[in-house]
Amino acid sequence: MKHFEEQMMRFLMFVATLIVFGFVFSIVYAILKQGWGSMSWDMITKLPGGGFYIGKEGGFLNAIVGSLYIVGASTILGLIISIPVVFFLNVYLKSQSKTAYIARLAYDVLFGIPSIVYGAFGFTIMIYFGLRTSVLGGIIVITLLIIPIFIRSMDEVARNFPRDILDATYSLGATRWETIAVVLRQIAPGIATATLLSIGRAIGDAAAVLFTSGYSDSIPTSLSQPAATLPLAVFFQLSSPIKEVQNRAYAAALVLTIIVLILSILGRLISSKFSKNKL
Amino acid sequence: MKIPFLDKLFTTSELLSNATPDRKFVSDNDSSEISVENLNLYIKGNHILKNLNVQIPDKKITCIIGPSGCGKSTLLKTFNRLIDSVEGLNVDGKIMLHGKNILSENEDLTHHRRKVGLVSQRPCPLPMSIYDNVAYGCRIHGIKNRKNLDKIVEHYLKAAGLWEEVKDRLNTPAVRLSIGQQQRLCLARSLAVEPQIILADEATSALDPISSKTIEELFVNLKRDYSIVMVTHTLRQARRIADYVVFMYLGEIVEAGEASQVFENPQNELTKKYLEGAFS
Ligand SMILES: Nc1ncnc2c1ncn2[C@@H]1O[C@H](COP(=O)(O)OP(=O)(O)OP(=O)(O)O)[C@@H](O)[C@H]1O
Ligand SMILES: [Mg+2]
Repeated sequence: MKHFEEQMMRFLMFVATLIVFGFVFSIVYAILKQGWGSMSWDMITKLPGGGFYIGKEGGFLNAIVGSLYIVGASTILGLIISIPVVFFLNVYLKSQSKTAYIARLAYDVLFGIPSIVYGAFGFTIMIYFGLRTSVLGGIIVITLLIIPIFIRSMDEVARNFPRDILDATYSLGATRWETIAVVLRQIAPGIATATLLSIGRAIGDAAAVLFTSGYSDSIPTSLSQPAATLPLAVFFQLSSPIKEVQNRAYAAALVLTIIVLILSILGRLISSKFSKNKL
Repeated sequence: MKIPFLDKLFTTSELLSNATPDRKFVSDNDSSEISVENLNLYIKGNHILKNLNVQIPDKKITCIIGPSGCGKSTLLKTFNRLIDSVEGLNVDGKIMLHGKNILSENEDLTHHRRKVGLVSQRPCPLPMSIYDNVAYGCRIHGIKNRKNLDKIVEHYLKAAGLWEEVKDRLNTPAVRLSIGQQQRLCLARSLAVEPQIILADEATSALDPISSKTIEELFVNLKRDYSIVMVTHTLRQARRIADYVVFMYLGEIVEAGEASQVFENPQNELTKKYLEGAFS
């Protein structure tokens, strides 16, 4: 009887795993099937030509570059803002402190807010300041969007940090900076994972950039110009009635998926290289 | 400083002083006796150490014993000034070492801590390889030459009785070692920066009996070259290896003296009761 139950559980676990695999596979299959035909070197190296959106020549390099600009800048900004917060929470505040509790509650709430709300919020602010859709607007909203992800995952890393390391290095006569170097070795995998999660969320989000960075057929040359992004390239082209344009939406989705895939693999490599020695 | 019980490959002080000419070492015959004078320590107004006066002898094993919370760890941390990081700290009195008050403001902290090694209760390897753990201290103090480092690492891993077990996997992460091995690695790491005094806070309490035996034996060998101050909760361990005993109670030193004298013929009623196991 016992044996039968175990077999049963195993079977259910297997089916559940299979379903997950099935999803991944069918998503990739759908994107490939519809997008591969429109995929060409031109697509990823050229800007949209005249009539691109009715199926004529050109590519969506503008969206690729726009996405990378916004995500790159937001990731850096996000790290710059989150690291001090995490330091403050874990080094200066006691774990039981009220401030720390409220701060953690706050970023948990921020974490759960849907991105369209961030987008709307960004839009309101931009109207208030009389700004038009621009790269800068996109960067600011995406930064806001990923800060809670950064803080949350790095806070986890910091809370699990073995404080004995500090005593150990100080006892060897290390200076503060030499100690920080050792601390970084310990937390590097955590930061890599946090960064990866944030980039993944940032690059795929359409709602937050819809009202803030807008869309443009050219590559922006200043922060105040609007910029296209990959998720919106998917969105706009998919809503076209023309079949060829719809297929290009899938090509854009394919590029997006490949970028996320490359980042995931890269992140894993980096983090396993660092976490080898982790305590 | 040498470790006579090992075949002497070289003297590391030579290597160290070649590499860091600015670091001056106290010569071997200079005594590393620690002398505590009227030491009072407060944390956020709480009187933790109360007017301590004691001489910790050079090149001996001194065991600090006493019930939990009496201030043993605090005293040990004061010796290498790790206590500095505690908030709301207030210290007065003196701790004299080599004719200088180590509590004084202008004491070079990194230099001082290097002379006073610490082995903690739970072994804490650094997040790096076995080799790098031992080499770390030397590197931060200016030894970069790979050949010298190789020699130092081997020498001190041997001193800590770990060499035979790890010599074929020096580049594997230190965390993969067993707890007992990690503790010996931490000892090797402390020794590699050439301290004169080794502090050990319940260094064997997280270890299995065989590993703690190994550490005990290492300490007994090491006392030829180092002063060892250890906190222990195991009276039997103290009886086995202590030359000198300090008994603390509620932040005060109740009794201190030669081990044989304190154990056989304690002068104070409290000490007697503690040794009999009336409280712990
Ligand atoms: N950072 C600190 N803040 C406040 N009080 C402290 C701090 N560190 C130690 N104390 C207090 O100082 C006293 C001595 O602590 P200490 O850790 O030195 O005791 P101990 O003798 O090592 O005890 P044990 O045998 O349990 O390790 C205790 O009453 C403790 O509560
Ligand atoms: Mg203690």
